[in-house]
Amino acid sequence: MFTGLMLNTWIAASIVAVIAGVTGFFAVIRGQTFAAHAIPNGAFAGAAGAGLLGLNVIWGLAAFAIAGALSIGALGRRARQDVVTALILVLMLALGALFVSFSTEYAEVTYSLLFGEVFGVNQNVLAPIAGLGIVAIGLIAVMYRPLLLASALPEIADAHGVSTRRMELCYLLVMALAASMTVPVVGALLMFALMIGPAAAARSFAKRPGPAIALAVSIALVTVWIAIIASYHTNWPLGFYVGVIAAGFFLAGSGWTAVRRRWPARQPTPALAPVL
Amino acid sequence: MGHFFSYIVEPGFVSSQPVRTALLVGTVVAITSGVVGVLTVIRGQSFAGHSLADVATTGGAGAFLAGISQFWGFLVAGVVAAALMEGIGVQRRRGRDVATGVVLGAALGLAALFLYLDTQTSSTTGASFTILFGSMFVISPDTVPALIASGAVALAAVAVLSRVLLLTSLSPELAAARGVPVRAVGAAYLAALAVAVSLSAVAIGAVLSTALLIGPAAAALRLARSPGRAMAAAAAIGTAATWIGILLAYDSYDWPPDQHGWPVSFFVVALVLIAYLLSYAHRPRRRPDASGESADKLQEAPACSPA
Repeated sequence: MFTGLMLNTWIAASIVAVIAGVTGFFAVIRGQTFAAHAIPNGAFAGAAGAGLLGLNVIWGLAAFAIAGALSIGALGRRARQDVVTALILVLMLALGALFVSFSTEYAEVTYSLLFGEVFGVNQNVLAPIAGLGIVAIGLIAVMYRPLLLASALPEIADAHGVSTRRMELCYLLVMALAASMTVPVVGALLMFALMIGPAAAARSFAKRPGPAIALAVSIALVTVWIAIIASYHTNWPLGFYVGVIAAGFFLAGSGWTAVRRRWPARQPTPALAPVL
Repeated sequence: MGHFFSYIVEPGFVSSQPVRTALLVGTVVAITSGVVGVLTVIRGQSFAGHSLADVATTGGAGAFLAGISQFWGFLVAGVVAAALMEGIGVQRRRGRDVATGVVLGAALGLAALFLYLDTQTSSTTGASFTILFGSMFVISPDTVPALIASGAVALAAVAVLSRVLLLTSLSPELAAARGVPVRAVGAAYLAALAVAVSLSAVAIGAVLSTALLIGPAAAALRLARSPGRAMAAAAAIGTAATWIGILLAYDSYDWPPDQHGWPVSFFVVALVLIAYLLSYAHRPRRRPDASGESADKLQEAPACSPA
């Protein structure tokens, strides 16, 4: 279970989970869930195009992810962002459909790009994934405070001279970077599940941003680890387990919020008071 | 002239049975998506629309596994997902995004499983491609009556609810003050959305059906001044895009690479996007006091005071 190719799987999936936890947290507090879905998904088209031209898949992914992020950021100012995101996404997907229909081995390629190929991770992909991951986390760390301010309180950020537009563009670019790195490993569709579920759950448990990010990363890690073990034993696709476990964590978080709302922690019920 | 015409419309286009089915289904889909899409754009639920389409993939893959028509899979999955999204809480804008995203993530996981099991149980590996990206030329004529009937049901639901829906979209507070059951109306709308999305998932594929839902509606809202006219314009734009797309796809069998048609879905999406971009060229007349454009006014809730 921890030898050879499987070890690569563990390492790659763990790196992806860390990135997904950190970028996902900002996607959730910024309300940019749709962009988090659209950018990795659209990047899939780039991979199909690169495959057609005989280029390395990473270049296609990066080109489409960055183009998608830039156009969502730029056009989103003029019209409503959800409409623009939807249209950019379908444009990229339509191109993907075209590219895929030209290539001969489409079914397997499509499936593995959309749903991931985590058990076939190659040794020589690990270094680029880790490198890009460090760059993405480093960028988030550099702009941590202004990004947090611009995400949580845009009006106050503007008043403090933090450009919310520039922050949004930077953030979308980091997401593009993360997407082009993670899509070949977990697939376009599951990157999204891994970004949103853990981050949304973490927000229910932790109120301060620092602990919430740490918790989101931990939940994402636990999710992929359980998913790898389950997938290894049952032979069912990893994506199934990632999607379901991430949703389970979110439900647990919502349940916790509901419990806290009904029985606030600061006023323990008389029966429990002596115990606490 | 006759030669030129036959160059544009390839011989055999009109008499071909798959093309006739495609044109018929495409029209039903475009009209339903256009009308429902206008409400989706006004309500700011593009993400929900897209998610329902993606969730339909799960249903399509499940239906393939069970050996029933894809359309029923699309429909059931869409309606169930709409109910879940409503249940988790799609009322607040921000929480709604996350609720949509979580349902979508779980559904995609299930889709991965179903597609995997599909490839295990049958040798037709093309199933995932058809489910995801669709092909209008392979719709079986048997499902056409069901498609038309569901389109009619969705349109009727929107027609009955249209006034209430617009009110709850533009000003939920005012609607609630007038005693409109905002939540029930929202749920009914999501159900209509699920039907519309399932229809277009059959036609141009689950992943691309967002294009027919959002594109024509967003373009129409920039052009038209009232929601009713926008719905008519969206239906017209969608129908035109679908027809021209089918025509081009039929012609594309003669294009490179040899003897291999380009996907219909690609043409439809490209045409819809061109229509949207062209709508930017239309500059609506502004009233002297208005700073926003007409589309923005329709889309953004006016600060309604209970007058």
